[in-house]
Amino acid sequence: MLDWLSQERAFIASVIIVILLITLLWSILVGLRQATYRAKDQVFGDPERTLGGWYWTLSGVSAILLLWFYFSWGVGRAFFPEAGNEMCQVAKVETAIAPIKAALPIDSRYFKSTELIVRNTEQLDVLESNFPEGVFSETEKEELLNIIVSSRKIIGIFSDQDNQSLESKLAIRDISQDLDELTDKLSKDYTKFNPSSEGLLQPNWGTTRIELPLLPITPKGVLFDDISKHAEVLSQKFLKLRNNSAAANSIIEATKQQIKRLKLSNEAADRSDEVLKERKHYIKAVERIFRRLDDGTIFPPQALDELNDSIKDFLRAIEGAKGNLRLVQAFFIPGAGVVKSKTQCTEQGSGRWLPKPTDVVAKFLLLANPNLENGGGYKGTTLFWWDWIEIADLVSFLIPDFLIDLLPGDYGVHSEQGLFVPNYKDKLQAFAQGDVYLGVIPMLDGHIWDSLFRVLVALALGIFLGVPLGIYMGISRFFKSFFDPIIELYRPVPPLAWAPLILTIFGIQDDGKIFLLFMVAFAIMVISARTGASGTQLSKIRASHSLGASNRQILRYVILPNALPEILTGIRIAIGVCWGTLVAAEMLAGTTGIGFIENVARTVSDYELIWVTILIMGLLGLAFDLLMRLIISRTIPWRGKG
Amino acid sequence: MSDLICKNLCMTFSNAQTGVKVEALKDINFTLKKGELLSVLGPSGCGKTTLLNMIAGFLNPTSGSMTLNSTKIDGPSVERGMVFQQGALFEWLTVSKNVDFGLRMKKTSQGESDSLVEKWLEIVGLQGFGNTPTYQLSGGMQQRVALARCLVNDPDVILMDEPLGALDALTREKMQSLILELWKETGKTILIITHSVEEALLLGERLFVMAPRPGRIHKEYKLPFAEQGLQTPLRDIKQSPQFSEVREEILSMIWDMEEEIMGGA
Repeated sequence: MLDWLSQERAFIASVIIVILLITLLWSILVGLRQATYRAKDQVFGDPERTLGGWYWTLSGVSAILLLWFYFSWGVGRAFFPEAGNEMCQVAKVETAIAPIKAALPIDSRYFKSTELIVRNTEQLDVLESNFPEGVFSETEKEELLNIIVSSRKIIGIFSDQDNQSLESKLAIRDISQDLDELTDKLSKDYTKFNPSSEGLLQPNWGTTRIELPLLPITPKGVLFDDISKHAEVLSQKFLKLRNNSAAANSIIEATKQQIKRLKLSNEAADRSDEVLKERKHYIKAVERIFRRLDDGTIFPPQALDELNDSIKDFLRAIEGAKGNLRLVQAFFIPGAGVVKSKTQCTEQGSGRWLPKPTDVVAKFLLLANPNLENGGGYKGTTLFWWDWIEIADLVSFLIPDFLIDLLPGDYGVHSEQGLFVPNYKDKLQAFAQGDVYLGVIPMLDGHIWDSLFRVLVALALGIFLGVPLGIYMGISRFFKSFFDPIIELYRPVPPLAWAPLILTIFGIQDDGKIFLLFMVAFAIMVISARTGASGTQLSKIRASHSLGASNRQILRYVILPNALPEILTGIRIAIGVCWGTLVAAEMLAGTTGIGFIENVARTVSDYELIWVTILIMGLLGLAFDLLMRLIISRTIPWRGKG
Repeated sequence: MSDLICKNLCMTFSNAQTGVKVEALKDINFTLKKGELLSVLGPSGCGKTTLLNMIAGFLNPTSGSMTLNSTKIDGPSVERGMVFQQGALFEWLTVSKNVDFGLRMKKTSQGESDSLVEKWLEIVGLQGFGNTPTYQLSGGMQQRVALARCLVNDPDVILMDEPLGALDALTREKMQSLILELWKETGKTILIITHSVEEALLLGERLFVMAPRPGRIHKEYKLPFAEQGLQTPLRDIKQSPQFSEVREEILSMIWDMEEEIMGGA
């Protein structure tokens, strides 16, 4: 069932998209109808106007989902499941002729030869004017300047059409003619082509880790695939092409000798390190430019004109042969298109960084599968499940070792026979360290639980320590003045700025993160409890004194309930901030947790996984907030009505 | 000797920053016998609330002495119940839990306190409202809860700090009758601070008109209106010529004091 769903995700997406479209249009219609008669009941600016409006919620949600489907190429894949494969074949052709295009002013403004000449002439001028004084002898200087002159000469020779060898002229013509043949092929009927059975067996678009399989699955794809193979051969030929010229060869040979001599003279003489360094540096710079010019990649201005025309025709023919694929691309596949790599074709632009909604759900289901042996979970931990844990582990977590050290008596010592009999203290220590079997209990487990656990423990600690302190700070001069500087000094520091220090001290496992989050929650709880306590009306305090309440009773029955709204609001804020800090802390270090998953996903550029974690975090954060809002409205209905 | 006795009460506030000393009260002397109904009237700044807070035990006098039932007043206590202008109810508790508060602090048994709460809610006219949250009540009903909460503790003296100040005229009149009824039925000593001359006349067997700078008792009246109010409707009393005469006298007295303050400023 799941496999079928996974295979047919394009079809499922198309159904969802249609439903979303209908929902969007229908909810907008309902909204407009409601708006016309509601406008009469309420004047503009009346806050009552914001009440209700589920239809706009519906249209908002479906609009955002449709946008997601559109920009993730989900719409394109749903209704044109073969378009991706065809684009892949076109990408193959484009990749194949890329080396030829690079030499021509097609994707750039100039011939590659022009660019080479301009850049190197500039650099030669710079070298000439920055000749280092006092490093070379007069003859050496002459020689070096001579090399620069020779370099300029080579440029001149290669640029002159008369010097171009017949051999290279013929080779260029060959390539042009072959390209023209391919152009002809592109305009012919391709419907008779059949995709190979191997190609048809490939997985669907995006259903496996290989995004777009390489082999063509449509007749049109077969055509482009075939063209790409020929184009690749032409490119190889072009790359080997050199503008050989007899006139240039003699100068090149002589200059090479000169450079060799200069290099040798570096080693012979006895020079200071500094001078030697400068000499080597300059000779190297001169040689580098010369080497760029001597390999015959500069062609005369008109030499590549014919090839240029052929390529342009060829590119036009590709666009023509694409046919309706061009329309599909223009309307349903926004972004930069498809790029071919060695093993697969990959989506570019929004199709790359914004995975399709169906793929994200599929990825989530894969992650949520608790069966670790069967590819479920992530990095050896489930997403959210349960597991048996040993009670002994729990005991060792709760009882610190040093408690046993404090007990009277000594630990056992081995006897003269080399035997060791543990005494009561040894046994207790084993107990405290969890070295005894006490049975197992079921416990929640998984990445999400690990994150939740850290937040909940830190929050509980923050509440139980922060609220009493905050309340005393709200009513006592000593507590307020003594603790205020401590809290106000550490609180403004962004929690993540503490993270490197705290994680170093307490370790990258739960301890460090819980302490970091505790710091966050503690400050928030102290401040909110303090605000709540100090906000108690004096008349209420006085009334309770007159009603015979003791100080403790006033604290418990008047100040605490009076501070409760602030405390609950504080908890709501603390959960939000803790959640945000936790994810970032998990990204810094650790081996489990939602933030950990996202960090690993980032390093391997797994965008689907990144989005899955983002959505999990968002939904959990939303759930926390809704829960807190519910608790607040249930427990403190008197809020703001005192 | 279940009297409230104040002897040579003085209260001086000094501003910590400027060192300026203000004599809020100077040489206050009076004795309030058990069951007397005293209203205190005066322009703002004459120290009437300060006097009340001192008797309640929230403030310590700079000099002088206060005794209730021959014991020195030292801090707040159940025997001196307070009713505030805004009720000062605990909004997180229901009406009956508010009334029950003092009993709960004393750890009175559940059955006893339940019947006491029930009784007092009925007296103040709130039967059936026991489980209502206080924030859903009107201002007048909130003051009824405050009265019941105070009375359930059976205090010797009830101190009221402008208890009806925030109520509308109609509710105010009803509450004035209620206070008179409670006074008669319980026989408690009641001290009421008020801004309203009419209210002071109606709710005072005795009436102190206080004067500012330094705060002192300017004039004392003995009035028949509270006794009359137990039989006659309050509106009729207000229309009697005797009432109008005293009212006008006090009004012009306070008017003169206010003039003096404004002139001096």
